[in-house]
Amino acid sequence: MVKRRDFIRSSVLASAASLIGFKIAHAAKMPYGYVPVLSQQDIPFSKHQDMVVLNDRPWNIEAMAHLLDDRVTPENKMFVRNNGIIPKNMDVNTWELLIDGESALAQKKYRLDDLQSKFKSYTYQLTLECGGNGRSEFNPPAKGNQWTVGAVSCAEWTGVRLKDVLNDVGIKDSAIYVGYYGSDTHLSGDSSKDAISRGIPLSKAMMEETLLAYKMNGEDIPLAHGFPVRLVAGGWPASASGKWINRLSIRNKIHDGEKMGGSSYRIPCESVAPGTEVNDGDMCIIESMPVKSLITYPKSGALVRRNQKFEVRGHAWAGEKEVRTVDYSVDFGATWQACTLEKPKNRLAWQHWKTTVSLSKTGYYELWVRATDDQGMMQPMVVPGWNPKGYLNNACHRIAIKSV
Amino acid sequence: MNKPIFNLLNILIRLTSITLLSILFLGAFTLYLAKFYEPKRIEPEVANSSLKQQTEVTEHDFIIDEGYELVVANCTNCHSAKLVTQNRATAEGWKNTIVWMQETQNLWDLGEYEDKIVAYLARNYAPTQQGRRKNLERVEWYNLEPEQ
Ligand code: HEC
Repeated sequence: MVKRRDFIRSSVLASAASLIGFKIAHAAKMPYGYVPVLSQQDIPFSKHQDMVVLNDRPWNIEAMAHLLDDRVTPENKMFVRNNGIIPKNMDVNTWELLIDGESALAQKKYRLDDLQSKFKSYTYQLTLECGGNGRSEFNPPAKGNQWTVGAVSCAEWTGVRLKDVLNDVGIKDSAIYVGYYGSDTHLSGDSSKDAISRGIPLSKAMMEETLLAYKMNGEDIPLAHGFPVRLVAGGWPASASGKWINRLSIRNKIHDGEKMGGSSYRIPCESVAPGTEVNDGDMCIIESMPVKSLITYPKSGALVRRNQKFEVRGHAWAGEKEVRTVDYSVDFGATWQACTLEKPKNRLAWQHWKTTVSLSKTGYYELWVRATDDQGMMQPMVVPGWNPKGYLNNACHRIAIKSV
Repeated sequence: MNKPIFNLLNILIRLTSITLLSILFLGAFTLYLAKFYEPKRIEPEVANSSLKQQTEVTEHDFIIDEGYELVVANCTNCHSAKLVTQNRATAEGWKNTIVWMQETQNLWDLGEYEDKIVAYLARNYAPTQQGRRKNLERVEWYNLEPEQ
């Protein structure tokens, strides 16, 4: 039996092939061997069915707010951001981490069992949020994957402290940055090109919570999230937490790998009017992420009865800082009430908040939640400062509720 | 030995070896091509039906309009159409994205097709004015039952 879906797919492929033809494909200066790839690929991970695929080549997938209700994010609800192609054959037995760089006292290689036997292991719950989470709200639109609210996770990571390993190698006084290299490959297939090679300043690398992690939620790190070893730098744009790492360079200058320059993961040093063209030299690297929160229960669209009490809850985080208060409003920001807020499990972990709400009149409501960090920084109600690549949108999260 | 016969033999041997060599060469070349055209695949581990559905290739990947085939041919080689169609930009914005990919991501010179591609993108994937914050859209209403 020919399944309808297969039939449609093959006819599309056939028509696309005839549309394109060799003439068109090769009239532009397309190097030989590139073909428009229309076939589906297999999926190297398993995600919850409500996860939203923004792009399947490379894989970029986000959660919806209600999927992030767990205190510790499980793998199947964790967003996926890839700049390149997920490596295929990662083998722990042959895996090695090379540490080098202008400011390394020596060059050293570590296998996974070296790391595990030589250094003490630590477990922290760490918030990882994509720098571009919320990008879809910027106006004029910013290019890239159009994340809404779900490119954030807070899983439990286990590994050795990066600082212990760096100290074992030896750090010269000239060191200021640590850059990573991973085994993912560039989308163009060019093996001389890195998909992404970012890093962190030495001060962040030396923090207790900065890990070379080999476990996530108590299990081997899933392939899509960096197996076998991932650099985890909580509270910073998740792109600083390199996946599938095989090399770290202790640098005497700001690391200059792929996606460290231009407008990648950088914002104007001085705020600009929406739509302004900004020179590369006037862009600054994003470090700690700003204060933010999510309503993970109920799911947007709840119909409640008038005067029915219902719980509202979620998480709040503030990059390197701690969240001090979380407030909610059901009148479009006119009045605010405090929620109960828990302390973080450890530094750089998101904090859980909750409250009970009831609506005394029928009608359409929006529940807004606003977190404030320990230095008084608050989430804005509208989209914050525009920037060319649409990073750092920490506008308060809103859900729709009807009282009936 | 008889000279003309020797010459004939010589020619025959040469011809046969040239034919054999070219067959060998062509075969190797075909194999080489086939390797290139093999779609890049990631080993299947867990198939997830919802994700599969969301990655289904359909006619609707790009809006069908003049220049559509050029965009399919030149913009789906490295990443899927989704990375293109999620975005909105003016002609200038699309042109800048192309230049950025050429300078940093190995995108080739699009030659005479560049203008047509930019025009197609600017026409079909133009920005809409959305203000500083949009209304909440596509809300799916449901009855909130008390939690267990
Ligand atoms: C040679 C490979 C290649 C080809 C061909 C290609 N791109 Fe890209 N493109 C990339 C890479 C690499 C990225 C970055 C992907 C990422 O970071 O997720 C990208 C990103 C993008 C983005 C997001 C921009 C951003 O700032 O993140 C858009 C939009 C885009 N491409 C459009 C196109 C269009 C339109 C075409 C056809 C003219 C095209 N691409 C052809 C490699 C390519």
